[in-house]
Amino acid sequence: MELAKIEQLLEKYFEGETTIAEEIQLKQYFSTEQVAAHLEHYKPLFGYFSAEKEEQFTPTLSLKTKKQITVARIAFAASLVFLVGIITFINYSPNNQPQQTNAELGSFESPEEAFEETHKALALLSEKVNIGMESVKYINEYENSKNLIFKK
Amino acid sequence: MNQNEFIHLIAPFKDKVFRLAKRLLVSNEEAQDATQDILVKLWDKKNGLENYASVEAFAMTMTKNYCLDQLKSKRASNLKIVHTNFASNETRVDQKIEDQDSLNWVEKMINELPEQQKLIIQMRDIEQYEFEEIAKILDMNETAVRVNLSRARKTIREKMTKTHHYGIS
Repeated sequence: MELAKIEQLLEKYFEGETTIAEEIQLKQYFSTEQVAAHLEHYKPLFGYFSAEKEEQFTPTLSLKTKKQITVARIAFAASLVFLVGIITFINYSPNNQPQQTNAELGSFESPEEAFEETHKALALLSEKVNIGMESVKYINEYENSKNLIFKK
Repeated sequence: MNQNEFIHLIAPFKDKVFRLAKRLLVSNEEAQDATQDILVKLWDKKNGLENYASVEAFAMTMTKNYCLDQLKSKRASNLKIVHTNFASNETRVDQKIEDQDSLNWVEKMINELPEQQKLIIQMRDIEQYEFEEIAKILDMNETAVRVNLSRARKTIREKMTKTHHYGIS
């Protein structure tokens, strides 16, 4: 293409008045080896435009949104908690509880038997308390010796 | 619309989205994240896409808005974007190193332009959109697009001539 036309196109180009076709012409001209010396410095510009168009989006696109995943997970976790809650509620509901505790503590049918057992338990308790009291008696000895030294 | 159809639909312009994002965000990684986000947003809207005359133009507008938002939030948190991707992804032949260097100059000059002009240069000179399409994507009138484009091209020319004559920018 003759130089005059290229110069004219360039002028139009910088005014923003070229069409796409004319711009392609310019790009083609500047991609050749025979660029006029005084236009040489425009070469990188058009070269850059062509080079940039080659760049591509390489990573594989994942269309699963993070949001959706979390919503699904939350729903799953919530239903799990709900299920566990229901199961525990059924197992430990007030209807079952008294029977279970009675069995565990051991209840007596006749009052005599109950009295006997209570008696035994209280006797055991007082026996243990007395053992404790005996060991506390030694403390009185300290009190005595203290009184010997520090006379009032 | 199933996944395959969607991927088929976005295939012609997903690279353009990526390049536009990269033009604004500069960093490769950020541009990839942005593209991913935009395409996922588009996928979420898949049922409404039939209402748009051009899904591509819609995607480009989304990209523009998304990236400008990103830049705004970055500036708000006082983070400056640094150029990290001057090195090309491909391994170039040694003899092209000098060419590559001058291409980097061009990239630097374009990156110094205001965002609006960057967008227009990207869409016109690299993606070769018609003025009408650019005007639609950017929600401007065609004359304004032309004026901005001319201004951007002239700025680049000025800087290039300077570099060419004095070797400085």
